[in-house]
Amino acid sequence: MSLERSDVERIAHLARLEVAEKDISEYARNLSNIFGLVAQLEAVDTDGVKPMAHPFDAVQRLRADEVTESNQRDHFQQIAPKVADGLYLVPKVLD
Amino acid sequence: MQWEVVIGLEIHAQLATQSKIFSGAAIAYGAEPNTQACAVDLGLPGVLPVLNAEAVRMAVKFGLATGCEIGQRSIFARKNYFYPDLPKGYQISQHDLPIVGRGALEIELEDGSIKIVGITRAHLEEDAGKSLHEDFAGLTGIDLNRAGTPLLEIVSEPDMRSAKEAVAYMRKIHALVQYLEICDGNMQEGSFRCDANVSVRPKGQHAFGTRAEIKNLNSFRYIERAINFEVERQIDVIEGGGTIVQETRLYDPDKHETRSMRSKEEAFDYRYFPDPDLLPVVIEDSFIEAVRATLPELPAAKKQRFEQDYGLKGDEAAILTGSRELASYFETVVQASGGEAKLAANWVTSELLGALNRDGKELGDSPVSAEMLALMIKRIVDNTISGKIAKQVFAAMWAGEGDADTIIAAKGLKQVTDTGFIEKIIDEVLANSPTQVADYKAGKEKMLGYLVGQIMKASQGKANPAQVNQLLKQKL
Amino acid sequence: MHTKTVAQLAQGLQQGEFSSVELTTAYLERIEKLDGQVNAYVTVTAEQALVAARAADARIKAGTAGPLTGIPIAHKDIFCTDGVRTSCGSKMLDNFVAPYDATVVSRFKEAGVVMLGKTNMDEFAMGSSNETSYYGPVRNPWDLNAVPGGSSGGSAAVVAARLAAASTGTDTGGSIRQPAALCGITGLKPTYGLVSRYGMIAFASSLDQAGPMAQSAEDCAIMLGAMAGFDKRDSTSLERSVPDYRAGLNNPLAGLKIGLPKEYFGEGLDAGVARVVEAAIAEYKKLGAEVIEISLPNTHLAVPVYYVVAPAECSSNLSRFDGVRFGYRCEDPKDLMDLYKRSRGEGFGPEVKRRIMIGTYVLSAGYYDAYYLKAQKARQLISNDFKSAFEQVDVIMGPTAPTVAFNLGEKSSDPVTMYLSDIYTIAANLAGLPGMSIPAGFVGNRPVGLQLIGNYFDEARLLNVAHQYQQVSDWHSRLPDGFK
Repeated sequence: MSLERSDVERIAHLARLEVAEKDISEYARNLSNIFGLVAQLEAVDTDGVKPMAHPFDAVQRLRADEVTESNQRDHFQQIAPKVADGLYLVPKVLD
Repeated sequence: MQWEVVIGLEIHAQLATQSKIFSGAAIAYGAEPNTQACAVDLGLPGVLPVLNAEAVRMAVKFGLATGCEIGQRSIFARKNYFYPDLPKGYQISQHDLPIVGRGALEIELEDGSIKIVGITRAHLEEDAGKSLHEDFAGLTGIDLNRAGTPLLEIVSEPDMRSAKEAVAYMRKIHALVQYLEICDGNMQEGSFRCDANVSVRPKGQHAFGTRAEIKNLNSFRYIERAINFEVERQIDVIEGGGTIVQETRLYDPDKHETRSMRSKEEAFDYRYFPDPDLLPVVIEDSFIEAVRATLPELPAAKKQRFEQDYGLKGDEAAILTGSRELASYFETVVQASGGEAKLAANWVTSELLGALNRDGKELGDSPVSAEMLALMIKRIVDNTISGKIAKQVFAAMWAGEGDADTIIAAKGLKQVTDTGFIEKIIDEVLANSPTQVADYKAGKEKMLGYLVGQIMKASQGKANPAQVNQLLKQKL
Repeated sequence: MHTKTVAQLAQGLQQGEFSSVELTTAYLERIEKLDGQVNAYVTVTAEQALVAARAADARIKAGTAGPLTGIPIAHKDIFCTDGVRTSCGSKMLDNFVAPYDATVVSRFKEAGVVMLGKTNMDEFAMGSSNETSYYGPVRNPWDLNAVPGGSSGGSAAVVAARLAAASTGTDTGGSIRQPAALCGITGLKPTYGLVSRYGMIAFASSLDQAGPMAQSAEDCAIMLGAMAGFDKRDSTSLERSVPDYRAGLNNPLAGLKIGLPKEYFGEGLDAGVARVVEAAIAEYKKLGAEVIEISLPNTHLAVPVYYVVAPAECSSNLSRFDGVRFGYRCEDPKDLMDLYKRSRGEGFGPEVKRRIMIGTYVLSAGYYDAYYLKAQKARQLISNDFKSAFEQVDVIMGPTAPTVAFNLGEKSSDPVTMYLSDIYTIAANLAGLPGMSIPAGFVGNRPVGLQLIGNYFDEARLLNVAHQYQQVSDWHSRLPDGFK
């Protein structure tokens, strides 16, 4: 399978990645090669095979409904790029 | 052309747990920004989710109360999209295998008929944070306290045909989640809100029209108005030769209109896939039975009991069981008044609900508590005041002037039972009404009522009506 | 002191031959002098190390020391360390001082371990050569022109160069075993779920597993004992008791059934590597093991499956790096979209971007079934191969990597060629099985690793099998010339 420039642009946008115009062709080529590798899967007969999401057939454990965390806002916001009045700041969000 | 409206609702009920769905942070409303956002809620690198047992229990409770299928094996999936109030860049939700599957709910329409609305599913998911648009020099502030709050998203079939039906369905769910004590139902705080999928089609057409999704409706009044506005807008567009675009719209209550959401213009590709940090949730039969044993009395059963035990009429019982809160208010009044169910029902449905409605207040904000109302009813029963004076007392209690005894004393509303005093008034009234007395004596029995009315008026309502009747008859 | 194993150092500390402060100081001096050649450390935490060493000495004196108290080790820079930069080899986290400790880190702290610093790695653990790191490539101590392997290349190099007594690594598709092989050290990837993933920056959640990297199997046993165990903060952590991994190290191997998958010895395997592996297996026969040829017929699917599953999970796991709450944020974003795209575009390197894009593509509307679901089914087939194999054999052996360490820059221009470096290691991650790499010899001056794959939770047996080989060989105790 081969990816076009437009595919790269579409998925880069979906993944919110800026890709320089000059690099798009190289990404298209590299990604196409990788999909070439992945294409071996097409030939595999997987009829009736259960998809495997986890190594084990284990079951989700449930946590007791207890408040165990306390306020660490100042600690966590020390590493934030931009805060004011306890809020994380981002460019204006449109509704 | 005749148009048919098609509505489906996605209701988001915040579950009334202590801690978040995947972390041990508190979910109290109104805390300072980001003080209830722990490492997991912030999506810090390396953190992992662990599922809250109570959220699972509450979802199962809802499923059992509505007769929905319970997903014995349900899966959490990631819904991927970028938004600043979504810290991880994905929302943990359920996609293919929800915890609650198909079921149905009966709703009563205004004409008294019953309609069945299908429930497609109800799934567990985490809430997002909040974006605050107040000006931070042109920036938006993000508060992640709400991020990770457990939500039960209840998805209906597109079975509703009018805004009123949609509201009736939503009210029914609203009452139910509060009955089940799985959601506080507080719409102002956003604990209970819905998105409405609205479309129109020519009457008789089978295929659905293109729908618009109206986001974040958080009051019954807005839902009705938003849907009605949207229906009219869609009909106008189609009749004007246009076509409806599938889109997300926001209701603006101030302008009373819906408008397209710019942030949602782009078609989303959520790239759902099973969350590898969480394992399948398997619900054993024993778990289901344990939850079933905790189910409270549901509205239908409660209504029946109110009719039987308190001798209430169907419509009264229906009103009083409309919410768990109101039902419990009523039962408190009955108990505290010494079992005066009929009086209690009467006062709650007429005076109390009337006053709440008039002032746009919720029951929780009522200045007259159940205990206060019960005391007032006791004063009616023990003849301290008449029913008529009681209305005055109620109004004073509503105005915050104290309890019934305080008001009766302060305003001198105590009923008069002094025979001499009453006789004196009777004599005066009889002396001033010779014609009516003559008419009565000539056989016009209803003149008695007129005379009683005059006597009560002259006593400023304070004379005991039974005594007045008795003494008047003697005199005549 | 630096030539000693963890087990020997612990003995020295206990017997008062040297203190932890002396030992720590000695390692810090070696790092100062030698790390410039290999670039294995991203951050050296000298001050904190000495504080921890003094505390460890007090514990040793008080008689409350454990087997790791006072031992200087290094953590892969993928583990969150409270108050210490945790970069994950990325510009995205160059400014990220973690506000909490990973479970693995806090367990080592409780054990009294001294952290010397954080090791270099492929960016977000995506790479097999350590060349994708924002902090520049790590060089192989055995040959400075060669790569150390990846993604735990720094952790492998610090052990090989004796710049730490041991280290921690993580393995998503071979990231402990392949660099262990290329650097001539011993590395263990445990069964999925044995070691908590909490605080370990996620690459592919259903594959990631942390494990020890050290000179010897015995040291790995000691390290694993401290790392393993249930963690209530990780839903995929398994509730099992942790055995004493050292208890069975000396069990004899007579009657051990070793399976050799024929698919691991075919086309693509370097002849020199094959000879070394075969010689090691001959040694096992001498120890009394029985060798059986087996087949893992779906081996060829491992790399394709991996390059769907791992990118899919990573594309979602790395969405949290958005420039809002932590990490890199671009200068003067003009709007929200610009903030996202430039912060991520500038913060991530090309390999990470490639994998995010592959993952985004395979999960996107219309492709999910053809790629993701198909890969999950093929993953099951690979797992089934191992289930059948372990009905016949106790342990599977083969090469860890198809070649010895390659030269810096040799494969970095072609991702697909690079991906094939992990051809023998990926399957164990897909199945969730434990795997080890132990030094088995050299081709020229570059080490060769022997891979051991065990059944679920059979770490104790793997360690026993590795330890017995290390009793009759000395590959694991050799030092590269420049680091003696």
